[in-house]
Amino acid sequence: MHPETALNARCPNLCAMTTTTSRSLAIAAKGLAKAYGDKTVLDGIDLAVPTGTVFSLLGPNGAGKTTAVKILSTLIRADAGELHVGGHDLAADPQAVRAAIGVTGQFSAVDGLITGEENMLLMADLHHLSRGEGRRTAVELLERFDLTEAAKKPVSTYSGGMKRRLDLAMTLVGNPRIIFLDEPTTGLDPRSRHNMWQIIRELVSDGVTVFLTTQYLEEADELADRIAVLNDGKIAAEGSAGELKRLIPGGHVRLRFTDPAAYQSAAVALREVTRDDEALALQIPSDGSQRELRAILDWLDSAGIEADELTVHTPDLDDVFFALTDGAGVPDQPKETVR
Amino acid sequence: MSAPLAPARPTRISLAVRDSSTMLRRNLLHVRRYPSMTLNLLLTPIMLLLLFVYVFGGVMSAGIGGGGADRSDYIAYLVPGLLLMTIGSTVIGAAISVSIDMTEGLIARFRTMAVYRGSVLVGHVVGSAVQVLASLVLVGAIAVAIGFRSTDATALEWLAAFGLIALFTLALTWIAVGMGMASSNPEAAGNMATPLILLPLISSAFVPIDAIPGWFQPIAE
Repeated sequence: MHPETALNARCPNLCAMTTTTSRSLAIAAKGLAKAYGDKTVLDGIDLAVPTGTVFSLLGPNGAGKTTAVKILSTLIRADAGELHVGGHDLAADPQAVRAAIGVTGQFSAVDGLITGEENMLLMADLHHLSRGEGRRTAVELLERFDLTEAAKKPVSTYSGGMKRRLDLAMTLVGNPRIIFLDEPTTGLDPRSRHNMWQIIRELVSDGVTVFLTTQYLEEADELADRIAVLNDGKIAAEGSAGELKRLIPGGHVRLRFTDPAAYQSAAVALREVTRDDEALALQIPSDGSQRELRAILDWLDSAGIEADELTVHTPDLDDVFFALTDGAGVPDQPKETVR
Repeated sequence: MSAPLAPARPTRISLAVRDSSTMLRRNLLHVRRYPSMTLNLLLTPIMLLLLFVYVFGGVMSAGIGGGGADRSDYIAYLVPGLLLMTIGSTVIGAAISVSIDMTEGLIARFRTMAVYRGSVLVGHVVGSAVQVLASLVLVGAIAVAIGFRSTDATALEWLAAFGLIALFTLALTWIAVGMGMASSNPEAAGNMATPLILLPLISSAFVPIDAIPGWFQPIAE
């Protein structure tokens, strides 16, 4: 068990004190800037991640997400910015930052030539755990990440999902309180992705702060307390998933007809709808809830209207993402079809 | 915010030694797990040793000491050069494994951890040196088995020879590690380091310098 956890369990008063002082921010960045030559990658961004929360940096490829992680995890130096991780100044005391963080990069940082267990013991040695403690940690984490069976096999024989899990397990040796995950589920199949999400949720419930980058909006939506949309080296928007979704126009129900006559009569009967004459489609504003949907269906029934296709469109982070990252508005794609 | 893990605050030096030995253990584990890579690299000097002694040996010995020398004289002449070649050949492994580390993101992980910064390279260099010594023993044993005998060297001279070989090993290993870091992928690292084996071929390791064409002698020397 981590010494701090043990301490907290024993003296709740002290624990309350330490949490109030460190409750502030696990990661704080002001004016973080980085350029390679004359190409600006990060253009003075501000980040504030409270302890024990999940923060997601969301953006398309090449937005600067990985650069941000590399800077905050001490791999490269920022050109400018006042940066603190775990309360330590990144520029003044990078070694103290390194002692507080765990990093799982985009490309698996595992030693393929040795076994999973040996990888774990290597990490334990580098964290200067005693032999017994190292073994215990290795066994525990391998078990937790469902790698016990494969523990004695060389990592080069692992599947992509297994490598990712081992990668994260290695990051957790030494019990870091701040974890950076750079696109942790890129390239994973859906099941492995959901497993990874579950693991991340468990980490958070242990009070770990997670800084996550992703290009999957669903992932940010699932996991993050706060999301920052990074585009072109700038933060285009920041807030909870709900707040971001409120930034763009609400959802609607779309009725599509094949018969122009039916379309005309429906348009006349329903009146307060948006018409799309070309596609023979009507849009009724709706939040997509079951109650509203039932009301709309009742209304259509009573008006004797029978659409050929009914789709519910709820605004999701995709819409926010597209709206914010190319400024070209929201593509009108049905997300769910109810026939 | 996290409590110190060791009861007494360890000094910088002891941390450096500890982390370096952890990395060394990792590299030795690689060698133990994949002896085929080391053996492959050893194949060149061993093949050359047998080739030159048994196939060319009869002819070659004629050129040593103004003629009249036999096969065993040629072995005595050849072995030191081949031992150097063994070193050059084994450190290619270091170049390749450093390069593998660099491309696999593992180094990035180590760099985000509070470990002694030089430990990765120290681990590679010392690991490679250990490997070289083992290879030298092997090649040396084969040489003795086929008739290499020390005739006139004193114990002190042997010690000096070992010291020189150890230093040469260290120097060559660092060069190989540098090549490993400079190359973009393991294949390139292997290619870049290959001249380390070939260099003895164009020196006086196999034939006396007088037997080499005049214009080439400066290069060989």
